[in-house]
Amino acid sequence: MAKPMDQYKWHELNVGCVIEEVGNAMEYKTGDWRSSKPVWDDAKCIKCGLCWLFCPDSAIYQKDDGLYAADLDYCKGCGICSKECKPGAITMVEEER
Amino acid sequence: MTTKKGIEVSIAASEAAKLARVEVVSAYPITPQTHIVEHLSEIVANGELDAAYINVESEHSAMSACVGASATGARTFTSTSAQGMELMHEILFIASGMRLPIVMAAVNRALSSPLSIWGDHSDVMAARDTGWIMLFCENGQEVVDTTIMAFKIAEDRRVLLPVMVNLDGFSLSHVIEPIEFPAQEEVDSFLPPYNPLYTLHPDKPVTMGAYAMPDLYTEAKYGQEIAIRNSKVVVKEVMDEFGKKFGRAYKPVETYNTEKADTVFIALGANNENIKTAIDELKEQGKELGLISLRLFRPFPREELIEVLKGKKAAVVIERAMPGGAMNGPLFNEIASLAVTNGLNIRLENYICGLGGRDVQPHEFIETLNEVLSSEKIAFPDNKNYGVIGVRS
Repeated sequence: MAKPMDQYKWHELNVGCVIEEVGNAMEYKTGDWRSSKPVWDDAKCIKCGLCWLFCPDSAIYQKDDGLYAADLDYCKGCGICSKECKPGAITMVEEER
Repeated sequence: MTTKKGIEVSIAASEAAKLARVEVVSAYPITPQTHIVEHLSEIVANGELDAAYINVESEHSAMSACVGASATGARTFTSTSAQGMELMHEILFIASGMRLPIVMAAVNRALSSPLSIWGDHSDVMAARDTGWIMLFCENGQEVVDTTIMAFKIAEDRRVLLPVMVNLDGFSLSHVIEPIEFPAQEEVDSFLPPYNPLYTLHPDKPVTMGAYAMPDLYTEAKYGQEIAIRNSKVVVKEVMDEFGKKFGRAYKPVETYNTEKADTVFIALGANNENIKTAIDELKEQGKELGLISLRLFRPFPREELIEVLKGKKAAVVIERAMPGGAMNGPLFNEIASLAVTNGLNIRLENYICGLGGRDVQPHEFIETLNEVLSSEKIAFPDNKNYGVIGVRS
């Protein structure tokens, strides 16, 4: 969006709130919703990729060394990765902001 | 060439959709709307109408399919009644919020329970605040003309909103009337092909129906509200143009004998023909009564009503829906709000009638009027502010 959402006047919105810009959902950092974040214990990680597979927001990526991490701009902290991780390498840690 | 024929109003409604060259129809059959969709499916199947007819498993799906079809830029039509409209309810808001010019023939019927397949206005009144433009018809000719006008109103770039064409179940939908059909070329010149502002197309992708955070929702709904309020200008323009072209003039608010009368009825739909008969009979007895008929119910025609109500002593609001615990019937509440907020010094009375297909004869409207005129203030039974015509107690 050309400016922050809370600055739009009603007549500046498209008819029916149609969004003409493709892919601008990326500009909305849903990571703001998070109250806890996944933290990997790399020593326990077996690089199976289940966390990457289960992440409903596609917010987990594989690093060059084959280990995994979360993109905290979009990770909502749901904890599914931690729940699914077989060797228990992912702990959800509460955040304070 | 213009043709005139005796035809069932339901069949005439589908013929009007055909004259409007609808491109997609999606509907689910329900009494008393059935003949409209049956006839449309027939004329699509036999090649008379070049449209996609989408069969669905429910009215929720019917309206959802219409939303999708309209979003691709197709001229879209559907029809329903009663429980069907309730099942559509969620999607009615989506159609108006997404500003999709779908036209729906709403064949008004009572809502269960108790189960009733017969006519009244409880379905449309339950949907009155869904953001649809709402027009009411009194006879078959109006159904045909209003359906054609509805597309032109809906698709206007200044409007882009869905339009509901209301016709009373059975007492209008199932009667056979002499109806004049305009020639196809004339309808084509009145109603050019739909030229959508946005379409769902892979060549130019857009997102429709996305969510709005609290930061934007108020602005989005405000824009939609302004659009429906401003649509009245277009409704009037289209009615004027239709009148010039086809010789039948329409107005958002129609009046019958209101100039001489200081007491008027206010009503919607097919009841009005019986009210007019009552007014004619009273005229013979030397009493002048008028009728104000709202052809346009949404947006509510505020200025037009003030104009005709100014200087009147009393108005009797007649409606076909139970208030459901509200102060009064939905139409009365609008009129009362209009009177209070615009300083109209007028006595208002409210009567509910014609529920679940109960006939209301002209003499009953005369008796109702006599009750109103017999006292300054009516004490309605059971501690309520309105009367119910014909209820046995």
